[in-house]
Amino acid sequence: MATVAYGTDGASHPSAASGPSGAPGGPEETRQAAFDAAVAADERIEPRDWMPDEYRASLVRQMAQHAHSEIIGMQPEANWISRAPSLRRKAILMAKVQDEAGHGLYLYSAAETLGTGREELLDKLHSGRQKYSSIFNYPTLTWADVGAVGWLVDGAAITNQVPLCRCSYGPYARAMVRVCKEESFHQRQGFELLLALSRGTQEQHAMAQDAVDRWWWPSLMMFGPPDDESAHSAQSMAWKIKRHSNDELRQRFVDICVPQAEALGLTLPDPDIRWNEERGQHDFGSIDWTEFKEILKGNGPCNEQRITQRRRAHEEGAWVREAATAYAAKTAAGAAKSADAAERGKARA
Amino acid sequence: MTAALALGDDALVLSHRLGEWAGHAPVLEEEVALANIALDLLGQARVLFSLVGDEDELAYLREERAFRNLQLVEQENGDFAHTIARQLFFSTYQHLLYDRLAGGNGPLAPLAAKAVKEVAYHQDHAEQWTLRLGDGTAESHERMQRGVDALWRFTGEMFEPVEGVDVDWAGLADSWSRSVTELLSRATLSVPTGAQTGAWSAGAGRQGLHTEPFGRMLAEMQHLHRSHPGATW
Repeated sequence: MATVAYGTDGASHPSAASGPSGAPGGPEETRQAAFDAAVAADERIEPRDWMPDEYRASLVRQMAQHAHSEIIGMQPEANWISRAPSLRRKAILMAKVQDEAGHGLYLYSAAETLGTGREELLDKLHSGRQKYSSIFNYPTLTWADVGAVGWLVDGAAITNQVPLCRCSYGPYARAMVRVCKEESFHQRQGFELLLALSRGTQEQHAMAQDAVDRWWWPSLMMFGPPDDESAHSAQSMAWKIKRHSNDELRQRFVDICVPQAEALGLTLPDPDIRWNEERGQHDFGSIDWTEFKEILKGNGPCNEQRITQRRRAHEEGAWVREAATAYAAKTAAGAAKSADAAERGKARA
Repeated sequence: MTAALALGDDALVLSHRLGEWAGHAPVLEEEVALANIALDLLGQARVLFSLVGDEDELAYLREERAFRNLQLVEQENGDFAHTIARQLFFSTYQHLLYDRLAGGNGPLAPLAAKAVKEVAYHQDHAEQWTLRLGDGTAESHERMQRGVDALWRFTGEMFEPVEGVDVDWAGLADSWSRSVTELLSRATLSVPTGAQTGAWSAGAGRQGLHTEPFGRMLAEMQHLHRSHPGATW
């Protein structure tokens, strides 16, 4: 599954600087000092620990966006479940989409340790107050897109998420360990799908190349705006929520992908990619940030469709959730009644 | 082998229908559960098909009239209650059938022994939801009853003997009726009084006679595979 959303998408962050609070030497200042020391020592912050309000808010936003991306990210891939061309591929794809729902569940649970609720976060997604990764606003037009999403989108997600396994907030870091294991598996499956197409018939090869051509640049945008336009990265890095800048991660991703594309027998749609001996890294062309900004504003190819489907699933499922709640209340009342009866029976005896 | 094909088609087609829920389920937990059940069924279909021939040829290159699945499993998802009613009827049947097959020494015994554990979970999932919906709110009760009523006429064909499946079919039908009746009554739902077959004779699906939505389902499922003859994926 594909994921990746966290604060790198250029979603607005609140003022990142944690303001001074409490009198010098007061309890607030002591707690702030203890928090700073724990972060500096690479210790994990846990749900019951004191933390600055801005740290909490920043994490809630990032984790919620990440969770939302998991569940919106199910749609472009689920789009191909009913048309998967072999039973083996169909099983792999179903398992992957199922994993994504599971990742969404982990991440909502992790976000809930910060005092928010899944329902509240979903409401914010549905009303557009919280975002999900821009990448899922692109359509999956052919079967090869399923492979390109696995290879490139999950690949970019992993590049972003592996450092999050060392994030300063314990529940998020632990969720990332579990998510990354499954994601790497998905990424390899995507690569293998593209490899089969690349080595297949001419039509299959062309289908694979077309998918890579369409998903390459959007995947690079998943790392967020360039460092000099990413005002809030510095604070996230100081808090050790983020460990590397957007541009560092993007560069790492390009360096990983170039040899993989060669192994696939496919080209990347960027004539400016070349090895830079001096830097020991690949140079690559410039990204069209206008497109990225349009998508963030809601003007991408699938923004409307994605959120409408999500809202509809939620609204059409309301009666099911109400039924489950009503039934749980009835059975709990029934259990309480029989417990009472048993107590009275004992008292009489 | 007719038996493996018939049971494999049941699993394949129901798996496909459940896969259509992906991204549309009422809660995230059900995204996971429905996909999980779909995957189990797809796994069963693949094992059963392997006893007959090439799994992809069987799934993608047969036409509607050559499929041997029950009409029940090809029915469209409808609302969540409709899907749950279909699951309740089918998983109760499949659990009873596989339990018997697992205890025998026929060629399907090894598969049944493994699958019966999965199917026990499917049945439990369907039963829990039937109880929640049947005995939940007035709306969920009404929807669940509608699902049960609408699908009732497809339940008779489950007990038409399948060639090569050596079980006591009448006994299976009795056990199924007892189990479903008991569960529906706990869920405050009524057992439909209508016939368990429609205008078609019972067993129509097993003879390759299907309902209209099935052709469209196959068209979608098979189109990519058929568009690239001989390709491997």
